[in-house]
Amino acid sequence: MDIFGRLTIESLPFYSAIAASGAAVTVLGGLSVVAVITYFGAWRLVLFQWLSSVDHKKIGIMYIMLALVMLVRGFVDAAMMRSQQAIALNSDGYLPPGHFDQIFSSHGTIMIFFMAMPFLSGLINLIMPQQIGSRDVAFPFMNAVSLWLSMAGAALVLISLVIGKFSTAGWTAYPPYSGLEFTPGVGVDYWIWAVLISGFGSTMSGINFLVTIIKCRAPGMTMFRLPLFTWTVFITSVLIIFAFPALTVACAMLALDRTLGMHFFTNGMGGNMMNYINLFWLWGHPEVYILILPAFGVFSEVVAVFSQKRLFGYISLVLATMAIGLLSFTVWLHHFFTMGSSARVNSFFGTMTTIIAVPTGVKVFDWLLTMYRGRIIFKPPMLFTIGFLVTFVIGGLSGVLLALPPIDYLMHNTTFLIAHFHNMIIPGVLFGYLAGYMFWFPKAFGFKLNEKWGTRAFWCWIVGFYVAFMPLYVLGLLGMPRRMEHYEIAAWQPHLIVAAFGAFIILLGMICLGVQLWVSVRDRIEALDLTGDPWNGRSLEWATSSPAAPYNFAVLPKVECRDAWWDMKQRGVAYRRPEKYEDIVMPKNTFAGAVIGAAGFAFGFAMIWWIWWLALLSLAVIGAAIIVRASNDDDEFVMPASEVKAIEDARFPQLAKAPKNAMEDEPGFAGQPAPEAAA
Amino acid sequence: MSSAAAMTVSPREAKRYEEKDFGFWLYLMSDAVIFACLFATYLVMAGNAAGGPTPKDVFSLERAAAETALLLLSSTTFGIAAVSLWAGDRSKVLLWLAITLLLGAGFIALEFGEFSGMIAEGAGPDRSGFLSAFFTLVGTHGLHVSVGLVWILVMIGQVFAKGLTAPVASRLMRLGLFWHFLDIIWVVIFSVVYLPGLL
Ligand code: HEM
Ligand SMILES: [Cu+2]
Repeated sequence: MDIFGRLTIESLPFYSAIAASGAAVTVLGGLSVVAVITYFGAWRLVLFQWLSSVDHKKIGIMYIMLALVMLVRGFVDAAMMRSQQAIALNSDGYLPPGHFDQIFSSHGTIMIFFMAMPFLSGLINLIMPQQIGSRDVAFPFMNAVSLWLSMAGAALVLISLVIGKFSTAGWTAYPPYSGLEFTPGVGVDYWIWAVLISGFGSTMSGINFLVTIIKCRAPGMTMFRLPLFTWTVFITSVLIIFAFPALTVACAMLALDRTLGMHFFTNGMGGNMMNYINLFWLWGHPEVYILILPAFGVFSEVVAVFSQKRLFGYISLVLATMAIGLLSFTVWLHHFFTMGSSARVNSFFGTMTTIIAVPTGVKVFDWLLTMYRGRIIFKPPMLFTIGFLVTFVIGGLSGVLLALPPIDYLMHNTTFLIAHFHNMIIPGVLFGYLAGYMFWFPKAFGFKLNEKWGTRAFWCWIVGFYVAFMPLYVLGLLGMPRRMEHYEIAAWQPHLIVAAFGAFIILLGMICLGVQLWVSVRDRIEALDLTGDPWNGRSLEWATSSPAAPYNFAVLPKVECRDAWWDMKQRGVAYRRPEKYEDIVMPKNTFAGAVIGAAGFAFGFAMIWWIWWLALLSLAVIGAAIIVRASNDDDEFVMPASEVKAIEDARFPQLAKAPKNAMEDEPGFAGQPAPEAAA
Repeated sequence: MSSAAAMTVSPREAKRYEEKDFGFWLYLMSDAVIFACLFATYLVMAGNAAGGPTPKDVFSLERAAAETALLLLSSTTFGIAAVSLWAGDRSKVLLWLAITLLLGAGFIALEFGEFSGMIAEGAGPDRSGFLSAFFTLVGTHGLHVSVGLVWILVMIGQVFAKGLTAPVASRLMRLGLFWHFLDIIWVVIFSVVYLPGLL
């Protein structure tokens, strides 16, 4: 047996200029990160403050960094597909079919698993513990493990560009095509192990968040006083815990088929490929709600704060979230109406799918009624929210169309479907996360993001979205299948050229996001958030300083009603100095999480390339790390009251310096409640 | 947690253990869904013998019964270990954990024999859809039991080295949940896989 398994020198991408330059960019990207850290002499900081951190806020920031990097990578893939299709009428374009197939597969995989999921975990980590008045998540160490397993999965996808090839089987990897018989290389294995390893991380996150919300709330923070973002996290966590196992099982079986020659999904020998498709969507449909519910949570927070009004219909929003969570497990078959179920089965799932639109509609009305008679301040997060409301409704309507089996028979597998789900996922999921990113950025770093560039980014994204995706509805009606590398129908090309132009406008939006970050860091002194409450916020995360102290709250807040922070400001008890501080028990930093992540990466790599000794070795490392960690009773330290006092004392002069209300100067500021001056 | 002096815990610690227990329950729920998917797959594929061996040809009631007996017994002995834990009797805890370990190892040995025998007869997991589903379902359970054995070993080490401290006791309780959970899964395997296969 070869010690490198099936890895050979031919696995390097010298066979194609495009593939080689993709590899070069990936390698140079990695090297430049190393170079930058070395240049700034920041290795100690990176290792001891970040890599080994178990602080939920730092973990959240690292998740979001991963998400933004992967957003760029996923967008590059999208731009390549758009330009290929714009020119590939009666010609091969510039991408050979095998390469084009890798690109749509990696685009979908990256956007769902390594952009959206990390973005979501990042925002939740950053904000949810502060919203419920907690000092951390319930299991800080497990949180680090989740992060590093996500990193390991993302690293596998990235490295597939350099060593070997990525899957050509789409982001869903349907058998029998994804089986060994039809796709023998390593591509599908890259997909499987990247998804499996990060999936374990997501499952652990789900457990962690749910325990945190149920067990770690501040005194008085009853369930029906939870901010809506936290409510959506609650339901999303339940969905993660119950849906991800189906994905794990489907991927593991596909891996067994491919690695040990089993017959779960093969064509002959008693395989049953429909079983894969059922299991995959049993996870896959709840997954779209896993992604979008927290975005709904962000919109709910943003719309109330920037309408300067109480959220309309809190209870109905909570109930609608619950209903969506429950119903999301009853609709998975709408992803394969055309695959041979009886008319009765199809009509059941079609009906359930249209029903799920009802609670979603309730939410839209709640947000609209929150804005109604509010004094709206058009900050970038609010712009993304309004853009979402308008655009999402269109996507929802096309979804209701696709929910009808007879229509789906016509539209299935066309670009109409591509238009539909991008119409949900870009305004719904991505705009929500971007709104959250701009809304909560000051909480993470202590200064606001530049609003001019944020506004520009918004306009490019929304206009670009319409120009890029509305033509796909038309193309779908003209009968264009998805995943086409080239085509012979001249009538399609004009629409594809418009769509490519739309992708170009989105590119400008991406650039605006980058410039926004750059300009904001450069001019941070002018945009400092001294109060910790830059938007005149309503929920408890605005009670902490920006950035929040390691322990978040020196003294746990006492909650008396919904919109707890708003209420404290109104009662004049905000920013009160406590009579005395107490010692705070904190989790110690540890490298065990990063070690498990690194070993997870090595394990995945070994399984992909059939390097069995490395697989065993990395499993042994993971096992050893867990055993050592689980035998360690000394994983916490006490931060003495004097140190807490020193940190807090440094905050009060800042508060005194700050303007009374950070939103005062906004046109349309509705006044009250003014924060008390520091005592 | 009142009996042993070493086990008095602060309210904060007690809350930590409560959180861990609850988190562990959630993990078990999630794992139960994994098994549910594997059971569903097995039920779908049990008839897909592809001209190869069928359940009747490869299952042996005696062995399945012996495996069941060992595992059920090991749940009981774990129960006794837990009772000794409440009584604060360290040597008894060690003794009963060791017995549980042996019984569990016996179960794994039997299962290993069953699997290798089948593979030798040409009834391995790559023979048919039915056998893939069988090996994966029963093997996943076996893998869990093996992890449980390592965990028992680690806990024996911890009880030995640290005594019955509060963190050790709290871990033992979660190990117990895990072990009994695997027992329940096995009972379902016995009634869904072996019994219908042989009757
Ligand atoms: C940023 C702008 C984006 C553009 C221009 C874009 C463009 C595309 C294109 C051209 C395709 C291939 C369509 C076809 O098969 O004919 C595609 C597929 C896909 N996109 Fe996007 N996309 C974008 C953002 C996103 C986002 C944010 C997500 C998810 C969070 C996403 C998820 C997917 C998925 C899952 C597929 C299906 C891949 C497959 O066929 O297996 N996309 N996208
Ligand atoms: Cu769906």
